[in-house]
Amino acid sequence: MKMAANLEKSNAADAVSDELAPVQEMVRACIQCGTCTGSCPNEFAMDYTPRRLWRMVLMDQKAEIFQSKTFALCSACYYCTLRCPRGLPLTEAMNALKQIAARNNLVSHKDSVQFYKNFMRSVRRHGRVNEMEFMLLYFTALKNPLTPLRFAPLGMRLMLKGKVSMRPPLKRQRPLEKLFRKVEALEEKI
Amino acid sequence: MKYQYYPGCSLEGTALEYNLSTQAVMASLGAELVEIEDWTCCGASAAGATSFLLSLALPARNLAIAEKTDDVSDILVPCSACYLNLKKVEEETRSNSDVLAQLNLILQEDQLQLRGRMQVRHFLDVMARDFGPEAIRSNLKRALTDFRIAPYYGCQCLRPYAVFDDPESPRSMEPLIEATGAQVHPWKMGGKCCGASHMNTKMEVGMELVAGILRAAKGADAIVTVCPMCQMNLEAYQQKISHRQNENLTLTILYLSQFIGLALGLTEQQLRLDLNLAVTNSFRRKLG
Repeated sequence: MKMAANLEKSNAADAVSDELAPVQEMVRACIQCGTCTGSCPNEFAMDYTPRRLWRMVLMDQKAEIFQSKTFALCSACYYCTLRCPRGLPLTEAMNALKQIAARNNLVSHKDSVQFYKNFMRSVRRHGRVNEMEFMLLYFTALKNPLTPLRFAPLGMRLMLKGKVSMRPPLKRQRPLEKLFRKVEALEEKI
Repeated sequence: MKYQYYPGCSLEGTALEYNLSTQAVMASLGAELVEIEDWTCCGASAAGATSFLLSLALPARNLAIAEKTDDVSDILVPCSACYLNLKKVEEETRSNSDVLAQLNLILQEDQLQLRGRMQVRHFLDVMARDFGPEAIRSNLKRALTDFRIAPYYGCQCLRPYAVFDDPESPRSMEPLIEATGAQVHPWKMGGKCCGASHMNTKMEVGMELVAGILRAAKGADAIVTVCPMCQMNLEAYQQKISHRQNENLTLTILYLSQFIGLALGLTEQQLRLDLNLAVTNSFRRKLG
């Protein structure tokens, strides 16, 4: 039974198999001291501690890593990066895991992935983020009618103060289009 | 003193008061700001969570445009997230010529070139090291002696690059606050995390972190911040957090530029205190 469940898990994670290699390189020298865990402000909400996560990365436990919420709970405070006695780029490693989740559109991380992707969609359209448009894109992508309700009170307060608008921020159309395309082309080569 | 100015997206929207108060303070201290022409988004935390290359290319574009202005090499950045993204390109390209070459391959598409000669400076860095408490004292129009202020630095102006302050125990705001005549609220939460974008995607976690910060600030008249995301997280959810924690955690949250501006004699209208989401009645009464 347990084996079958594990197999199913690893099938789901096949898509990310080679993508974990660069993250393994980043944490190769980890000595499992736990300074990262002791420094992490979000550790209380994580299913695996950062220290355990790095071991799982080195053990290639893809299914468990990407089903866990740990990397998505990194708020990029850089305490672990600052304090790691091995000088490992741990915040960058957390980011690299977020990038894998985004590239593969992992359902288990839908909220965060859609949040970041729709932010970038708005930036790609206008060059600068249009906060109102971005939130509308995000709500549409989540397809959960309850999510907008959570943001409605703050949205109203911001609108009353004239702090959010639907006006595109730059006159020039899609000023970052060439940059985005070139980045995509270079990433395909890798 | 002259700086190129990168306001960033938040400062055109939800953090407009940070933008206007920074410009007003800089003008009263005699500094000239030149906004980078057609600047674009730095990538915020979203680019780094989707593509590593994009997270460097977006800030690199702005640095390359800034380099076209020959005589000013310092870029003033008020937002800590923008600051770190731009700084990362400054640091990465200095130590790694491969990164610089790859970024130039991308920038070429827009006829831009990055040489790597810009210095990215946070607003707090400029206040603390270029102007310092002396500049505030010599321009002081209104001593704010009745106020006790908790300095909140957040993360990304302190870490990972220790440029102008101690990334573990930051102190750079203290002499500036004291120069306004105010007292510094002693606490250990100045460099702790506000949860960043958790408030949008993992709200329960974000509220827990903010509650800890607001609780530690009890006894202060206000917290001052130097980042639009910290400011929004600390000011916008106080009612909800107080309700959840069953404790009054409401407190005035101002940008450092607004507080210094008051001491320099700028009006509440100039500093746009009306745009803040948390200014308590008792704070207003003290302000008179």
